[in-house]
Amino acid sequence: MKYGLPEGDDATRGIVKIAILAVGGQGGGVLSGWVTDVAQRTGWHVQSTSVAGVAQRTGATIYYVEMMPRDPARGDARPVLSLSPAPGDVDILIAAELVEAGRAVLRGFVTPERTTLIASSHRMLAVSEKIVPGDGKASPDTVLRRAGEASRRFIHFDMETMAKKAGSVVSASLFGALAGSGELPFPRDAFEETIKAGGKGVDASLRAFALAYERAASGDGEHEPAAPAVKPKPANTPARLRDAWNGLLGRVERLPPPVRELAGPGLVKVVDFLDPAYGAEYLGRLERIVAADEEARSWAFSREAAKYVANAMVYDDIIRVADLKTRPARAARVRTEVRLREGQTLRTTEYFHPRMEEICGLLPARLGAAIERRPGLMKSFNRLVDRGRRIRTDGMLGFGTLWSLAGLRRWRRGLLRHQVESRHLEEWLAVAERERASDYALGVEVLKCRRLIKGYSDTHKRGQSKFDRVLSCLDLLRGRPDAADWIRRLREAALADADGVALDGAIRTVRSFAEPSSG
Amino acid sequence: MAERSFAKEVQKLKLGEGQEFTGEGILAITKALLQCGVGYVGGYQGAPISHLMDVLADAQDILGELGVHFEASASEATATAMLAASVHYPIRGAATFKSTVGTNVASDALANLASGGVTGGALIIVGEDYGEGSSIMQERSHAFAMKSQVWLLDPRPNLPSIVAAVEHGFELSEASNTPVMLQVRIRCCHVHGSFIARDNKRPAMTVADALENPRRDTQRIVLPPASFLHEKEKISKRMPAAIDYIRRHGLNETFGGEGKVGIICQGGMYNGVVRALQRLGLADLYGETRVPLHVLNVTYPLIEDELVRFCEGKDAVLVVEEGQPDYIEQALGTMLYKAGGSVKLEGKGMLPMAGEYSGDVMLAGIGGFLRQHAGDLLAPEIRAPNVPAPPIWDDLAKAVPARPPGFCVGCPERPIFAATKLAEEELGKHHIASDIGCHLFSIMPPFELGATTMGYGLGPASASAFNAPDAGRRSISFVGDGGFWHNGLTSSIGNAVFNQNDGVIVVVDNYYSAATGGQDILSSRASNRTKSTNHPITNAIRGMGVKWVRHVERTYDVGLMRDTLKEALTTPEKGPKVIVASSECMLNRQRREAPLKKKAIAEGKRAVRTKFGVDEDVCTGDHACMRLSGCPSLTVKHLDDPLRDDPVAAIDENCVGCGNCGEVADAAVLCPSFYQADVVSNPTGWERFWSTLRGRVIASLQTSRERRRLSFEVAQP
Repeated sequence: MKYGLPEGDDATRGIVKIAILAVGGQGGGVLSGWVTDVAQRTGWHVQSTSVAGVAQRTGATIYYVEMMPRDPARGDARPVLSLSPAPGDVDILIAAELVEAGRAVLRGFVTPERTTLIASSHRMLAVSEKIVPGDGKASPDTVLRRAGEASRRFIHFDMETMAKKAGSVVSASLFGALAGSGELPFPRDAFEETIKAGGKGVDASLRAFALAYERAASGDGEHEPAAPAVKPKPANTPARLRDAWNGLLGRVERLPPPVRELAGPGLVKVVDFLDPAYGAEYLGRLERIVAADEEARSWAFSREAAKYVANAMVYDDIIRVADLKTRPARAARVRTEVRLREGQTLRTTEYFHPRMEEICGLLPARLGAAIERRPGLMKSFNRLVDRGRRIRTDGMLGFGTLWSLAGLRRWRRGLLRHQVESRHLEEWLAVAERERASDYALGVEVLKCRRLIKGYSDTHKRGQSKFDRVLSCLDLLRGRPDAADWIRRLREAALADADGVALDGAIRTVRSFAEPSSG
Repeated sequence: MAERSFAKEVQKLKLGEGQEFTGEGILAITKALLQCGVGYVGGYQGAPISHLMDVLADAQDILGELGVHFEASASEATATAMLAASVHYPIRGAATFKSTVGTNVASDALANLASGGVTGGALIIVGEDYGEGSSIMQERSHAFAMKSQVWLLDPRPNLPSIVAAVEHGFELSEASNTPVMLQVRIRCCHVHGSFIARDNKRPAMTVADALENPRRDTQRIVLPPASFLHEKEKISKRMPAAIDYIRRHGLNETFGGEGKVGIICQGGMYNGVVRALQRLGLADLYGETRVPLHVLNVTYPLIEDELVRFCEGKDAVLVVEEGQPDYIEQALGTMLYKAGGSVKLEGKGMLPMAGEYSGDVMLAGIGGFLRQHAGDLLAPEIRAPNVPAPPIWDDLAKAVPARPPGFCVGCPERPIFAATKLAEEELGKHHIASDIGCHLFSIMPPFELGATTMGYGLGPASASAFNAPDAGRRSISFVGDGGFWHNGLTSSIGNAVFNQNDGVIVVVDNYYSAATGGQDILSSRASNRTKSTNHPITNAIRGMGVKWVRHVERTYDVGLMRDTLKEALTTPEKGPKVIVASSECMLNRQRREAPLKKKAIAEGKRAVRTKFGVDEDVCTGDHACMRLSGCPSLTVKHLDDPLRDDPVAAIDENCVGCGNCGEVADAAVLCPSFYQADVVSNPTGWERFWSTLRGRVIASLQTSRERRRLSFEVAQP
């Protein structure tokens, strides 16, 4: 495939053209410096350029290197080399991150008849991917597929993780992959000499270089090893709970296989939240739902119910947070994350900001509700409560406080928050089951709307309001053949931004075709 | 203290006669200045010439030995005004800045300098930030050269050529008593190449010599009647002298022999033109071309007879001139018309009027020109192209998100804008005026704050029309510490005081001119060997007459920052409300502290490393924290949990523990997922003892509970 003008007798085929696409701060400058140096070391003509400036600050950056062997016949004559890459005219493209490889393809720098694409397959998410309330991550499969189609040779693996393992950074493993690819006719020593001459973090860089070199040289750069599956399992079953737990497992086994897949993790989540009785409550709901469902529909409704009923039953309250933060597994995870070494000590500080609403949720239902009904009282109590709390969970006082709060869970059923959540759950399930009766797909979509409710405090409230607004369209949509599809679209719109702008637009659209015009 | 240390580069400045210099273009220019016996250098940093400034700042010893004065000027106007030292004295001077923003600021001084003219060579090195990666508006420096009648050099982008341009620049300036501008494009500044060095030269007259032997010549001062004489002198004496010099020394170059068509290009375009010819099979690797090429290493003034002669006998010529308007093409058209030329003049039309002349643009434009006017030169398959259109990959375009620049990990400016967003949540949207500097990234997601940017230090000035004390809202404007000292103190703060502006001004103080590479400024807190620092911004503001001043000493305190903003927006106090928000640039701070900490740990000293984390099972995946942060190390990840739809927050190992995410979660009442982990290396005996004791108590509480419940641990991989 060729872009732009055809090239006849292209005089520049003797030049190796290398472009490096990176994210500012990734060390693209170091890498292009190394590439330049290795060519120079071998006595080649080489020229490199970049456009640095503010793009260095986490933006997409591009470096460009051209090199060619010296022609003894031309003596000291210098070739005229280009200062910028051109579409369709790049031999080696190095992308320091996966979507930057995609960007290179889009810009035409990767072409099937000549470009070797060397990319680290890890992701550095762009801000736009992170701020979406739902899932805004770009599809890596599309990038991988298109990059494969667009390139002559595509070497890709997670060079970031590889570099980290070696205690280095991605530029070192990219350099290793370049050397290992064999696309440049320089010996491995020359590359390594270049790293040594840099003088900084040499040993770690060489380790990362070697790992990537071998991976690329073995021709094994095309696929990732599959991640080992992680399965939850009961680590500890006290004797007095063993029978109850086994009974619950037995009930899960009797569910249809597609439902079972999700009911297993659902049961674990629910029991972990409270106790085996709560698990029985969960399965009771599920069994009732399954009884009214049918295999012909692949148990779609029950499957979603297994997932979202569990999520709804496991609401986020102070007790749960305190419980999660005081578990031994959590402490172990923190130690791994900060790579705590022998002889080091660790302090952990939790950032809490409870408000009166959360405190009321912790009170016995009638007391909590009574306070909530009195705005004046709420306000004056809130003055005492509403402030940021830094709690040291490595200290006895802080840990003890959270540990005691977590202990409140045995009384949870009588607390205000539990009652509010249970009521909401029942209402939502009832709506879903009602819709299922007349429109199966619509019922399934109503279940899935549970996804909108998440977060704490105002975020939670906003989620709840989006949930309500999506379901408020049910009356307008009921009876239409595309009702389920519209609820899906409304839900996706609700997840697209935080302020609900997309949702407002979608609701307006629904109203425009569903409401009889007043004229 | 700049972002980088240039100790290695400084050594290159010491190279002598016959030694090979290898490095970046801008560094080659720096070396060339010393080889030319420059007496003083000034400038204002900014891409792509920051390097020149930073290297000279680190080369004080060499400069001292040579008797060269170097100064980091307060602004481009200051730098250009500094060239006044070459007006009466035969001292060579150079000033450097980013073009065209710097040229704009400098133009008052430039006009005065150009009017009186110079005795010693005066060289203004402008680093062009034009093209796709540019951080500024796109204009041409060419216009400034024309209007002030200073000569504009645009050398071919290789080291020997730009070094020669510096040498000729000084001589041309002296021969024509006119300042000379040397234009270098961004890729040329960063191009890595080599040239053969010469010895550095001590200036024939140093600034010290001049101070001891003062001179003046009324004729050189811009005051009537001399100023009108200058206008005439520019045309009658200086321009002819310049043309004579340029012609005599062959500053413009012609390549290739005879031909029916030819190309005239700016020097800076040379490599791009040759690459297009190479790809079309009309030039070899070393630039031997079959299409005659006239390269304008001097783009103003144009040498009429050289150009007319080049066009003589040709059917068509193509002008390759980047940027708009097409000054060179217009001038050439006039010349050819007056000379009765019959050559077909092509330029903009074959090539786009606007935008960077990148490889594909050049190939298409020059290819098109040749196919139309010299098809016989081209191989048949190029003459009649038959290529498939490039594929359209909509799915890929959707999968590749835009990646604009943003705040660095741990940037202290991020919490300022998080606080602004929170204040707006309570008080509603406001008109926000932005300014130049890192803080301008506030206009990007996730903050999306700021409506205009009018120039360095002009943020508050650009909100000056919004002074309506009866209105229900006040304007908010931002200015960085760099912009504040560059221009903001008078143009923005002074103006607001004098005109009783009722708006809120936030001075973002990160201790450096951070966006240009972390150079020291007046208010920097570090001690600097050659500069006077530690001048508080608050003193300057109070001195200007501002009554309402608040100083937030730790911007990471998002709650305090938000409350201060709210107070400023609601206080009954009249006049400008100025908040100085101070915290050190994290990039510089890490550069300063990280090696020290590493050393301390290695030596067995106690050191604390802070990192933030997210409890993934507490996080619900709403990403509200991202919408108030945008920190590159705060990201999302998918959990291996079939019950979860949306990815949860995660903090990667680049976290520097600035605390912004925890503070934001607290101030915005988001969620309790964030925790701070302080790892103490080499703890004291007492610390170890307590840590062990507490660990035991905590473990026993945990075990007692775990024993009594069903627990489901995710097996650690």
